[in-house]
Amino acid sequence: METVKVQDVAVDDLPWTIEYHSERCTLCGSCLASCTFGAIKPVVRRQSVTVSEGNQPKPAHRQIARTIIEQVASFANACRGCGMCERVCPNHAIRPVRNPDNRRTLLSRDSGPIKRGGRTNLNAQRTLDKIIVGRISQMTDPSLDAQRHTFDMRAPLGRVLSARELPFSMTDGHITMTHKAPPVRWIYPLIFSDMSIGALSTRAWEAVAMATAYLNERCNIPIRMSSGEGGMPVKLLESEHLKYFIIQIASGHFGWNRIVKALPRMKVDPAAILIKIGQGAKPGDGGLLQAEKVAPHVQAIRGVPKATLSSPPNHQGLYSIEESVQKMHLSLNAAFGFRVPVAIKCAASSTSVSVYNNLLRDPYKICGGLFLDGIQGGTGAANEVSLDHTGHPIVSKIRDCYLAAVRQGLQGQIPLYGGGGIGLTGNAAADAFKMICLGANGVFCGKILIQLLGCVGNEHGRCNSCNTGKCPTGICTQDPRLVKRLDVDRGAQKIVDYVLAFDSEMKKLMAPIGNSSLPVGRSDALVSTDKAIADKLGIQYVC
Amino acid sequence: MMCRIGAIKSKNPVQPSMALRLMLPQQEGHDNSGFAMVMQDLYGVFGLYKDKPLLSMACTQQGGHLVEEYMDAHRFVKMSEWLPVPDKRKGLNIQTMPYYIFRTYDYPEYVTDPDEREALLLDTRLALRQMLTETGQGYIYSFWPDVLTLKEVGDPMDIATYFHLWDDNGCLVAKNIIVQSRQNTNYEIIRYAAHPFFLQGYTLCANGENTFYTKNKEFQSSLFRGYIGFESDSQTFLYTLHYVLHELKWPIPYYKHVITPLPFSEIEHREDKDVLLSIRQSLAHLEINGPNTIIAGLPDGRMMTCCDSKKLRPVVVGGDENTVAIASEVCGINEILPDRDTSKDIYPDEREIVVIDNDLEVKRWKQ
Repeated sequence: METVKVQDVAVDDLPWTIEYHSERCTLCGSCLASCTFGAIKPVVRRQSVTVSEGNQPKPAHRQIARTIIEQVASFANACRGCGMCERVCPNHAIRPVRNPDNRRTLLSRDSGPIKRGGRTNLNAQRTLDKIIVGRISQMTDPSLDAQRHTFDMRAPLGRVLSARELPFSMTDGHITMTHKAPPVRWIYPLIFSDMSIGALSTRAWEAVAMATAYLNERCNIPIRMSSGEGGMPVKLLESEHLKYFIIQIASGHFGWNRIVKALPRMKVDPAAILIKIGQGAKPGDGGLLQAEKVAPHVQAIRGVPKATLSSPPNHQGLYSIEESVQKMHLSLNAAFGFRVPVAIKCAASSTSVSVYNNLLRDPYKICGGLFLDGIQGGTGAANEVSLDHTGHPIVSKIRDCYLAAVRQGLQGQIPLYGGGGIGLTGNAAADAFKMICLGANGVFCGKILIQLLGCVGNEHGRCNSCNTGKCPTGICTQDPRLVKRLDVDRGAQKIVDYVLAFDSEMKKLMAPIGNSSLPVGRSDALVSTDKAIADKLGIQYVC
Repeated sequence: MMCRIGAIKSKNPVQPSMALRLMLPQQEGHDNSGFAMVMQDLYGVFGLYKDKPLLSMACTQQGGHLVEEYMDAHRFVKMSEWLPVPDKRKGLNIQTMPYYIFRTYDYPEYVTDPDEREALLLDTRLALRQMLTETGQGYIYSFWPDVLTLKEVGDPMDIATYFHLWDDNGCLVAKNIIVQSRQNTNYEIIRYAAHPFFLQGYTLCANGENTFYTKNKEFQSSLFRGYIGFESDSQTFLYTLHYVLHELKWPIPYYKHVITPLPFSEIEHREDKDVLLSIRQSLAHLEINGPNTIIAGLPDGRMMTCCDSKKLRPVVVGGDENTVAIASEVCGINEILPDRDTSKDIYPDEREIVVIDNDLEVKRWKQ
């Protein structure tokens, strides 16, 4: 009987196996050069071949040594299914194939918890797809024309006062302001969210930033981009374009040394400051940038040595919501002269309504927005156990928060933004529209932006290697050779085109319900084919 | 829905038949399913009691008793009463209630402050309404000095016959009438769902579908104790009017800024953009965004009208030196004021708010 070493990792233990046709292979080497994970290697193998080369059939049997491509049987070099080899192969000789019988989750914890990027691969259920825009203007009132009518698609970001609190005085039948109210920006209801320089390659971040500027300056779409927790280039901080950016501060305060130093030289105010308490993909866990990605320019911008950068799970020294309002909100408001809204981003949680209630009751009226991030949000790096097993779906949570405000008559005072899985199926406009009808003022998205740039990762275990520094699309890596794979201009154009389509699609959803302003909280426009979802969200069940 | 709505404001008191003649030509198809009017600045049988609160109700005998007991217990003093003697001929299309009671009271002696009186009248109406709703014994439409409300379900012609409104008998006479001749045919027929709606001196009727009804309602429910019912999606227009003018005490043109705010692109270029943006963001949930025309009466007798921001529902104002009428369709005005100078008719645009004061002077504000 043959001896078999069953403890050795074999190719069929890996989540992806390489399907290789040596007869089509020309040994050009492109696949090897394209694979960033070292998942394949050239080997010389003995092959037996039978050939007949004369005028008459005269088969001859020979043993030859031949170079072929072979998959590496190791979890460190496991094929991620990114398919770069297939893209570059001129002869369709190689491609990754999903291996349903793999033993990855059992065998790949040799050096601690599994780490990866991307989204949850376990909780990708789609509540939003069981909701339909079901209240259509049919004879009761006219539908609008998405092409002909004008639409006022803007969302507030900033603390909104109740009408009685407005600093108004009346003179000669006119209202005037006696003093300033808290700053509120009216922005596009889609925000590019929180991917740092570091998590993204500088060029990928630049592509998103270019798309942001283009949409603002050429398309009249006042979209805003959040910096993520990694600082911003000083030139951008000191430029007129800063107004399109939301600067994030998270528990590691990365990049804030430069931001604070740039304050006196800022020509314009940023769109907002976003205090990140947590993120949906790995709630209760701080940011994580593995040493592989801490390149010299990342070290410079963040002011750190080359080491794995873990933001703490909490902001140091904060212990309650009230304290956060007093310390962080007030000090950040003060730093920007009370001219810039300061919002907060939390991972959705069973406790989100308590947080929202507390913020709504803050006497300083200082919280300019609550960003709630659901379990389907993406990340550059996290423990897989966090990604797959912690978090909270976003849809009902946004609804709960909105209705909590409704019960107190405080809806709209702290704008609600929902994220985490927006555009998971590629249809961000439908997702955004439904979230808005349920009470969100707007939505934020990150993962689909990098997918537009070329990221091939998905919720079914494809790639998700953002943490390794080996991103095969040059988006989530700081390796200059890989970054070259990303065409910044074409990437930015993809994002612009997508947002323009998003804009048209939003109109296509607003028009049939007869609205030219965003239907925030217009839950009567939605129906659900799922009774449990309908009951939970307080919308009509239909079948 | 597409209710026909109208209003008459006259220097000389007029009778309900004029309001009927304003409305009937506007009828289209099967939409004449009710009749409702609010009369203000009364003459005729209530002319002597202009400063006394007038209760308008429709009820059963038991409902009548309940109300009397309540009013006695709360020390309201009955001053006068007018009960219409109905024409009960067969074949009239009307869903009647047993009794229609219009009764003036004097205030309880313990309330003298005008603001307290206003509050008491509202609280009393709300209490009576709750009592009659819980017992299923009737409907309270208004309880306010110098204001009378009549509502019923059926064919407006027949309703008028039933109440002898064609007779011009001098009983019901007023300088201001706001009127509507349709029940809420799209939804359940509930008497409270028929406009005009009334709250503390503010009367309003509206047509069209309020597509932001849910938002409006959810916001208004916690704004003021009088914002209740919501049987019709148009009630929210009244509550917003009351909130802006009575509670916030903002000038009339700002009502238009609340319900149909200017687009952001226009606000951006305005000198008062800080004010307009503040209003838009603080009262975002009071915006209306569907097809609507609004006709309203104010506590001081002025009337106003405006329509939605796309002018999907029109409205016309026309008149002569003695009478001004507002109607959702001009044919109604042509019927009652055929000799007016039609070149002076006003068709308010989507950005306009038109107010007719007590001298029939017309003021127009552009948003």
